[in-house]
Amino acid sequence: MLEAAKVTKYFGGMAAVSNVDFSVSQGEIVGLIGPNGAGKTTLFNLISGALPLSSGEIRFKGRKISGLKPHQICRMGVARTFQLVKVFGNMPVLQNVMLGSLFGREHTVSPAEAVREAREALEFVGLAEYINAPAKDLIVGNQKRLEMARAIATKPELLLLDELMAGLNATEVSEAIDDVKKLRDRGITIIMIEHVMKAIMSVCDRIIVLHHGEKIAEGTPQEIAASSKVIEVYLGE
Amino acid sequence: MNKVAFTSRNLYLQVLLILVLILLVALPFYTSAYNIMLLCNILMYIIITVSWVLFSGPTGYISLASAAFFGVGIYTSAVLGQSLPLPLVIIIGGLFSFFLALLVGVITLRLRGMYFSIFTFGLVELVKHFLLWWEITKTNTRGRFVILVNYIHVFYIMLAIFLVLLLIAYLIRRSKYGLALQSIGEYEEAAAHIGINVTLLKVVTFAVSSFFIGTVGAVMATRWTYIDPVIAFDPFYSFMPVLMAIFGGMGQLYGPVIGAAIFAYLEEALITRFPYHYMLIFGIIMVVSILYLPEGLIGLLQKLWKIINSGRLAVYREKRQKRGTGREQENA
Ligand SMILES: Nc1ncnc2c1ncn2[C@@H]1O[C@H](COP(=O)(O)OP(=O)(O)O)[C@@H](O)[C@H]1O
Ligand SMILES: [Mg+2]
Repeated sequence: MLEAAKVTKYFGGMAAVSNVDFSVSQGEIVGLIGPNGAGKTTLFNLISGALPLSSGEIRFKGRKISGLKPHQICRMGVARTFQLVKVFGNMPVLQNVMLGSLFGREHTVSPAEAVREAREALEFVGLAEYINAPAKDLIVGNQKRLEMARAIATKPELLLLDELMAGLNATEVSEAIDDVKKLRDRGITIIMIEHVMKAIMSVCDRIIVLHHGEKIAEGTPQEIAASSKVIEVYLGE
Repeated sequence: MNKVAFTSRNLYLQVLLILVLILLVALPFYTSAYNIMLLCNILMYIIITVSWVLFSGPTGYISLASAAFFGVGIYTSAVLGQSLPLPLVIIIGGLFSFFLALLVGVITLRLRGMYFSIFTFGLVELVKHFLLWWEITKTNTRGRFVILVNYIHVFYIMLAIFLVLLLIAYLIRRSKYGLALQSIGEYEEAAAHIGINVTLLKVVTFAVSSFFIGTVGAVMATRWTYIDPVIAFDPFYSFMPVLMAIFGGMGQLYGPVIGAAIFAYLEEALITRFPYHYMLIFGIIMVVSILYLPEGLIGLLQKLWKIINSGRLAVYREKRQKRGTGREQENA
């Protein structure tokens, strides 16, 4: 479904992502891990079109998406959340999500349909009671949920989750894990950046490890947990 | 219950609007030429301000190019006024502004914050100096005379432009594009990532807003008889709409309308009474309103309204709580 070939991004002289190859198939949950500054968020920015690639190519469902604008990539079926939440703070929660329905598709969606879908997405992430509150009044954990609902409303086939669980307590982490599994059961393919190992180990089918912008390992959770190279990187930091 | 209150308030507003409209249309039959001209001036400020708010209000891109678009309208009128009928001249003036804004938008809307404001302000000077250079080296003229038009015609044309603008601003505001413009103002990157074509939306809205400023320029030119680039491209018209919008408050459509109306009236009143100090008084009013009215005049009124209402609500809640049906979520 998603293929990345020799993806590279330079900031000035520094390669934040260098020569990364990987692919993700339909229905998978792929974990993206690595120490801070490894280039994980940058890789998401390259996939979603937030940043142009320095070199390499990214394909989604066989079509080249590197070089397209974020709104085009979104309409093709790729949605994301942000590590630092970017909700529309002065807008009610419902409108935040409605925008995803109204603009995130190839075809037009009527306002009534958008309201229905937004309610459904908010129900799904457990924010149904806050529908009319301005988004900035939510606590950060709920703002992350709101971002997820907004992304879901665009009806993505591929969802990129950037540290969804950072800062959540144990109960919230298990809820978030359940949400991710439910999304997969709906047929949404997921790539998630996560530092919470429990989450990564329990939901991911496959894990990719980045370090200094390079892919240093890839495999099942068991393989990664046993990889001496990965352990070295994490202990070395 | 919220809905009922909302629709009944809307109904009042509509009735009020229609009454005001009838009053305005009938005005030339029972008031002096001076008053009509004053009203034209007020309408001019209102149209420029509402147009400015149309784009800069929700997106937070503070444009200081209004004077450029206004000037383009004025110049169009000066150049084409003799040879073409006025309605056509007005539309062409608007279209020139529209296309200039498209061009400028494509170049500058990548800039954010202060850089955008400064660039747009630079546009005013750029067009002014280009025309000065053109008149000196190419046409060998300085300034132009504009044909005069009956002031009552001017008044009705301004009224018509105002109504069309109000309608369009209203429709944009309640459409999904209004919501999208607001999301651009809040987090442009997130807006782009949920499928909003931010560049296109910004550029088109900027151009539509400039169209109206151009049309007003074309009409108002006929009130001035003589114009030259320095008169036509006066930076004053870049700052005025910003100040009037801040003064009125941008949260609602009628905020800038009322803000501009009061300001324009004040200007006239102050100029006649304190010709040497009116700018100073203006400045003081501005500073005070920025310091003490962060949401503008309308925000202040809404706050007062809320205080009055919350007094009533508190009584209501107390009653309910006594009956044991109060929900704490109400306020969340
Ligand atoms: N927009 C940017 N401009 C310049 N440098 C950046 C930018 N974004 C990220 N970087 C740098 O790229 C490196 C990788 O960052 P990032 O992808 O955010 O890491 P991670 O998400 O894995 O913690 C860091 O050194 C960071 O400082
Ligand atoms: Mg990161």
